[in-house]
Amino acid sequence: MLDPNIKYLKFKTFLHTYCPHCKNTLNIEKEDKKLIHFKATYHGEMIDLMLSPYLDVFEVETSIAMRKGDRVDDFFCPHCKKSLLHKGIHCAECGSPVGEVTISALSRLITFFLCTKYGCEWHGLSKRDERNIKLKIPRQDMPEQDQTLRVHNFQEVPYGYTSELALLEAGRCLQCKTPHCVDGCPVNVDIPAFISLVAEERFNEAAKKIKERNVFPAICGRVCPQESQCESSCVLGEKDKPVAIGRLERFVADYERKMDLVEVPIIKGNTGMNIAIIGSGPGGLTVASDMRQLGYNITVYEALHETGGVLTYGIPEFRLPKAIVQFEINYLKEMGVRVELNHVIGTILTIDELLEHFDAVYVGVGAGLPRFMNVEGESMGNIFSANEYLTRMNLMKAYKFPEYDTPKPKGNKVVVVGGGNVAMDCARTAIRTGASEVTVVYRRSRHELPARAEEVHHGEEEGIRFKLLSNPLRYIGTDNNTVKAVECIRMELGEPDASGRRRPIPVKDSDFVVECDLAIVAIGTGPNPIIFQSTPDMERNKWGYIKVNPKTNETTKEFVYAGGDIVTGSATVIEAMGAGRIAARAMHEKLSGKKKAKNRTRVTAKN
Amino acid sequence: MAKGTIIRQDILAPKIAVKVRPGQFVIVRVNETGERIPLTVADKDAFSGIITLIFQVVGKTTALMRSLNEGDFLKDVVGPLGKPADVNKVGTVLMTGGGTGVAILHHIAKAFKEAGNYVIGITGARTRDMLILENEMEYICDELVITTDDGTYGEMGFVTDPLKKYLDERYDIKLVYAIGPIIMMKNVVNLTGKYDVPTMVSLNPIMIDGTGMCGGCRVKIDNETKFCCVDGPDFDGFKVDFEELMKRNSLYLQDEKDSLLFSIR
Ligand SMILES: Cc1cc2nc3c(=O)[nH]c(=O)nc-3n(C[C@H](O)[C@H](O)[C@H](O)COP(=O)(O)OP(=O)(O)OC[C@H]3O[C@@H](n4cnc5c(N)ncnc54)[C@H](O)[C@@H]3O)c2cc1C
Ligand code: SF4
Ligand code: FES
Repeated sequence: MLDPNIKYLKFKTFLHTYCPHCKNTLNIEKEDKKLIHFKATYHGEMIDLMLSPYLDVFEVETSIAMRKGDRVDDFFCPHCKKSLLHKGIHCAECGSPVGEVTISALSRLITFFLCTKYGCEWHGLSKRDERNIKLKIPRQDMPEQDQTLRVHNFQEVPYGYTSELALLEAGRCLQCKTPHCVDGCPVNVDIPAFISLVAEERFNEAAKKIKERNVFPAICGRVCPQESQCESSCVLGEKDKPVAIGRLERFVADYERKMDLVEVPIIKGNTGMNIAIIGSGPGGLTVASDMRQLGYNITVYEALHETGGVLTYGIPEFRLPKAIVQFEINYLKEMGVRVELNHVIGTILTIDELLEHFDAVYVGVGAGLPRFMNVEGESMGNIFSANEYLTRMNLMKAYKFPEYDTPKPKGNKVVVVGGGNVAMDCARTAIRTGASEVTVVYRRSRHELPARAEEVHHGEEEGIRFKLLSNPLRYIGTDNNTVKAVECIRMELGEPDASGRRRPIPVKDSDFVVECDLAIVAIGTGPNPIIFQSTPDMERNKWGYIKVNPKTNETTKEFVYAGGDIVTGSATVIEAMGAGRIAARAMHEKLSGKKKAKNRTRVTAKN
Repeated sequence: MAKGTIIRQDILAPKIAVKVRPGQFVIVRVNETGERIPLTVADKDAFSGIITLIFQVVGKTTALMRSLNEGDFLKDVVGPLGKPADVNKVGTVLMTGGGTGVAILHHIAKAFKEAGNYVIGITGARTRDMLILENEMEYICDELVITTDDGTYGEMGFVTDPLKKYLDERYDIKLVYAIGPIIMMKNVVNLTGKYDVPTMVSLNPIMIDGTGMCGGCRVKIDNETKFCCVDGPDFDGFKVDFEELMKRNSLYLQDEKDSLLFSIR
């Protein structure tokens, strides 16, 4: 008889057990071994029965030998000798009667059941108690580099979960029937399913589960703004902190990679059709992966000398190790994806020329054109766009100067303008390359900071200062035309604007000056003109980005698809990947149709 | 060989050779740890797949390039970058270049000649040893004047001296192209402004990616910020804020000589 209210539970907890009648503890220590001690009757004899108090270890010791499959007739408390047999509930595995004990787990008393059958591993809780236990497990933090040490290196800040931490964290998930987290994820990863695999220690399968929807979990686990996506929709978040979905995602992806469990799929069949992908950012790479698996020949064209787009030139090593990005790209190469570096499409080849050789083209060129504020003094030499600063540091590895030839922009007092991930990356890079004072100037309040919460938190720990509700008015230079200070004005928040965020308004006569010898402008990017110059028939939307049909991501030029930042403006890695997936599906549908049509015409011609 | 030596290298880059047009440039990285430096394409031969680069040895990267032997490889060459020069038949054009700027000038002058223009050339160098492409320019130009600052060859003085003479004497000059050190282009523009002759210049700020991504190459044109690598490198000389360009480039001069290749040419 299975009790629907009781479920098999498996996660690492030490059980403190008590008799429900006399409240004496059942835990004992025998020869340095921790055990739970019961009396039981077996074939009319009173025997001692000892269990391991660890929930994930099943071990039984009995005072006389028992055969597997035999049942004890009753359990008793060794102190008050009262029967522990429970009348109403039966084992969820084998249907045998069960004994009842009280356990104190995570400072809460709950009723816990044990099967009377020898060898049956079943022990369970009622649904309500299970939920209560879970609600008591705190959200697990990732171990990370010490904050005073990490500002001197470029190594990744968090070390990631250990399997113990991952199991604990996964144990918090309630496995909701209608999981909101899945809706919160832009590519609808089956979150409860992968977390339940984690809880069962099937880490590899968990990674494979995520990869059904998201090709690069090791990257997304690190850079997705989970707090505004899946985790913001987690029911646990209402009362407590949400399940750390991103950290678990990162854990299983790292596990799969480090344990060498990544399998390169064998490509079945070849459609004989060719796809060109422009840009090797996360969007382009997703299309490459999806379409390659469907049997298309893929060539990725990248303007820079490295693949990865923003993942390589923008996001710094301490947040996303480049080895991970390269691992994913090698995986694609092993799958047979061709990569052509140093190819700026629009000049060396136009989209029209590509269409002569390729059946479809995907444009994933990102929104790389940095914006400036056009305020006085902005052209001074040591005022950089975030892109230039990060490109020098990351792509050109200036932080390793003089091992690498590109000199690193020097700055002792650094001001970064902006509040997104880009601004945080600049600020934290500056502090790692020797700046003694880094100030982030942002025109809205803390609440509106668009950066990932974790980055802001890490930045603060590392000593980044925030001048919120402030905006630069002009840059003040030395005689040498290098910046020595930035004059700012205080802002206050007015009515919400079109984006729903409250519009910042300058406060009269509230100017103040922040000294600096390096300034970085991280206020966003716009569409790069190169691709449009040679493709006038690809229409643009009113913001200057590529216009697409949102269902298929096809542009106004047939067989040309687009997605990611070049369609939406600066957004997120996962959104670029989602857009790539939509385009891949539509491309495949359309091209399969085309192939059929081709075959049909050939047949009719023969007839 | 000393610093300042001017080197010519022919690079096998067939895809670029087919596409590159006068005024466009490439970005080169010599090895894995190297910098990216922009170099103008001085000539190309689509048939043999060769592009010609001319550069002055000023720092580590150019020195490294010089040390390469025939048959060696460059790690990366990307291009063509930048907008090509707007070449039309306009009648008489005056092409003036200084230093290694003559390399780009040569490619553009060739195109103007092929388009059927009457081409007057004025090329200048600091001294005789630094003069480049004399024969090639001689071949293209209907008239050619050479100046050296120290008088070791041709006329002594700056390119602006013969330029002024031409502007005084000939009323049919429809366009002036000036490519060279910023100060030279600035002086040319000041002069041609007085005669109201449209003048194009080719700018060479600091660059990294050359694709519009970094904004390091930003210049002020008509008080607007433009990115030289995608909006240029050729601009209407009368609209360029030379002061600012000079200041931006000089910053790197103090710092690292290598990145400024261009400002020295
Ligand atoms: C510093 C920084 C930090 C960020 N942090 C985060 C974060 O933490 N989390 C997050 O979700 N998002 C973050 N983002 C945003 C995210 O990186 C982008 O939304 C995402 O990378 C967009 O992907 P994409 O594929 O559209 O383009 P990109 O990643 O921009 O890639 C485009 C690629 O195309 C190439 N290209 C451009 N033009 C051409 C051409 N003509 N021919 C050939 N190739 C071309 C480019 O060189 C580039 O490699 C960050 C962005 C930056 C700049
Ligand atoms: S909403 Fe939260 S608790 Fe529910 S399944 Fe998703 S992650 Fe787990
Ligand atoms: S060189 Fe980077 S934008 Fe022009």
